[in-house]
Amino acid sequence: MADDKSNAAAYWKANIRLITGCLIVWALVSYGFAILLRPMLSGIPVGGTDLGFWFAQQGSILTFIGIIFFYAWKMNRLDKKFGLEE
Amino acid sequence: MSQFAINLLFVGASFALYIGIAIWAKAGSTKDFYVAGGGVHPITNGMAIGADWMSAASFISMAGLIAAGGYANSTFLMGWTGGYVLLATLLAPYLRKFGKFTVPEFIGDRFYSKPARLVAVVCLIVASVTYVIGQMAGAGVAFSRFLEVDATMGLIIAAVVVFVYAVLGGMKGITYTQVAQYIVLIIAYTIPAVFISLELTGNPLPPLGLFSTHSESGVPMLAKLNEVVTALGFNQYTADVDNKLNMVLFTLSLMIGTAGLPHVIIRFFTVPKVADARWSAGWALVFIGLLYLTAPAVASMARLNLVTTIYPDMAGQVENYEEAATNPIAYAERPDWIRTWEETGLITFEDKNNDGNIQLYNGAADFSERGWEGNELEVNNDILVLANPEIANLPGWVIGLIAAGGLAAALSTAAGLLLAISSAISHDLIKGAINPNITEKGELLAARISMSLAIVVATYLGANPPGFAAQVVALAFGIAAASLFPALMMGIFSKRVNNKGAVAGMLTGLTFTLVYIFVYKGWFFIPGTNNLPDTADNWILGISPLSIGAVGALINFAVAYAVSSATEEPPQEIQDLVDSVRYPKGAGGAIGH
Repeated sequence: MADDKSNAAAYWKANIRLITGCLIVWALVSYGFAILLRPMLSGIPVGGTDLGFWFAQQGSILTFIGIIFFYAWKMNRLDKKFGLEE
Repeated sequence: MSQFAINLLFVGASFALYIGIAIWAKAGSTKDFYVAGGGVHPITNGMAIGADWMSAASFISMAGLIAAGGYANSTFLMGWTGGYVLLATLLAPYLRKFGKFTVPEFIGDRFYSKPARLVAVVCLIVASVTYVIGQMAGAGVAFSRFLEVDATMGLIIAAVVVFVYAVLGGMKGITYTQVAQYIVLIIAYTIPAVFISLELTGNPLPPLGLFSTHSESGVPMLAKLNEVVTALGFNQYTADVDNKLNMVLFTLSLMIGTAGLPHVIIRFFTVPKVADARWSAGWALVFIGLLYLTAPAVASMARLNLVTTIYPDMAGQVENYEEAATNPIAYAERPDWIRTWEETGLITFEDKNNDGNIQLYNGAADFSERGWEGNELEVNNDILVLANPEIANLPGWVIGLIAAGGLAAALSTAAGLLLAISSAISHDLIKGAINPNITEKGELLAARISMSLAIVVATYLGANPPGFAAQVVALAFGIAAASLFPALMMGIFSKRVNNKGAVAGMLTGLTFTLVYIFVYKGWFFIPGTNNLPDTADNWILGISPLSIGAVGALINFAVAYAVSSATEEPPQEIQDLVDSVRYPKGAGGAIGH
């Protein structure tokens, strides 16, 4: 039982770490590159405008899709590794 | 075949398809009715979430908003997609593991509190009713424009169709009609966009066309657009915004609100496994992304098309934009699509300087040296997508497709919302509070009756929209962000937050958000009752009432933690419940009942 508990705790900790990583990227592309850091990236041209504009209208959405599939794939492996899959 | 007949054919065929699916997918149990039997494939569910999520506003209004606001309105693109990352990582898999039927049920069980469940029911109903009015009204408008019937009559036809598949099939019928509706709406949205992108940039993929070279002038499309709009006194299309705090908070409110909206969350209850809930979120965003990556391209290209239609001199290679912008077309020579839309009142022309020409420019700018006495052409943002095929001279069947697509977007979202409302009434209020001993058969009947009543109320309100109907973003997203999302997240990620903390957090977050909105928009949205004018100068720290949901969420978290730390820990069986939702396999033991 104690093993079960520490195993579950380790699984949850790994999940939290993964979520934190995902949300850092999530915030970086949207609030960072697309909004707050846009002036800093204005020197990088993308199709008639700048990188920040690209992130605001396209890049962030593409990254969000990538984050979710990465998280789903990684979590399925964690589920198996800790023997907690359905 | 006349345009009317083509429209009728497309809309009629799509409606026949939805009703056919409804008869095939009849619900036999409450599990069928609430969660489609729980056996929906993640890709199917992703598609259904796409249709559930993309409303009349996404389909019809969003491109127009971006066209008008340029970069500043990218908030809608990021806000209405970024919430899916939060759903996938913070809510959906755990709520699926919980394995019940409604969002208030989780809040009630996790916080072992009937008041908490009741607060959640009220939040759900207010957010969803506000939302559904816009869908019904949108369906009415689409009908009146494309099928030449009275808007109220159109609304009633739409309501009858929703009635057939939602009351008969519940979530099961809704799921499979939503899949069909997604296919209809995405085809309808992308076909005109592909043609316009080809015409303007030579690139058949609109998201790539957006960043390509404008064929006629040889300069990048967005650079061209910037030149064209600044010559008419508008801001640059790609111009940065000054108030970044508000832009961040608005985007965050939309994201948290998206993740907290019950009609989206309940779609994740329909898949067989926790892993499927995670995959569904990814697939949902792929299907949503197809439209959301096309929308900004449609926005900029339609805006460029509109301006160069009025000022043909600005279309090709231009030496001097200031000069090219002085020579608009005559009103008598306006293209047919402007005539068509004038009949609906969504485009209006007033010849302020009586020269017979159409001066379209930023009315706030002073162009008196050109002999202009004000902007003469008012174009409603909503027509950009609907008029797209006509602007691009596409064949009549594309217009019929757009009509069917707009209706699919409105009806699929309406059905999802109506299911969220009716399950909250039959499952949370009737079974949860009033009559816990109701039989399975009785509850299914109650669910169908609640659904019917919800449709009647939504139809009535769609035909006679109350003042708050226009406040979907403030009200629905504000409530979902400030009350539901934090409660759900804390219920999963904290074992320490207890019943008192959760109720106190939800109520303060909600009250704070609503008061801030009412101060600027009027108490209960009654015109004239606002305490301060709703302009940027009056907003506290420059935070618009539309962006306040994120702050309300923060207050909710803070209050819930503070009150919980000052009061007793949740009982052991609740901590076990939290464990059981965290692990896909039932490691936390049985749920205490």
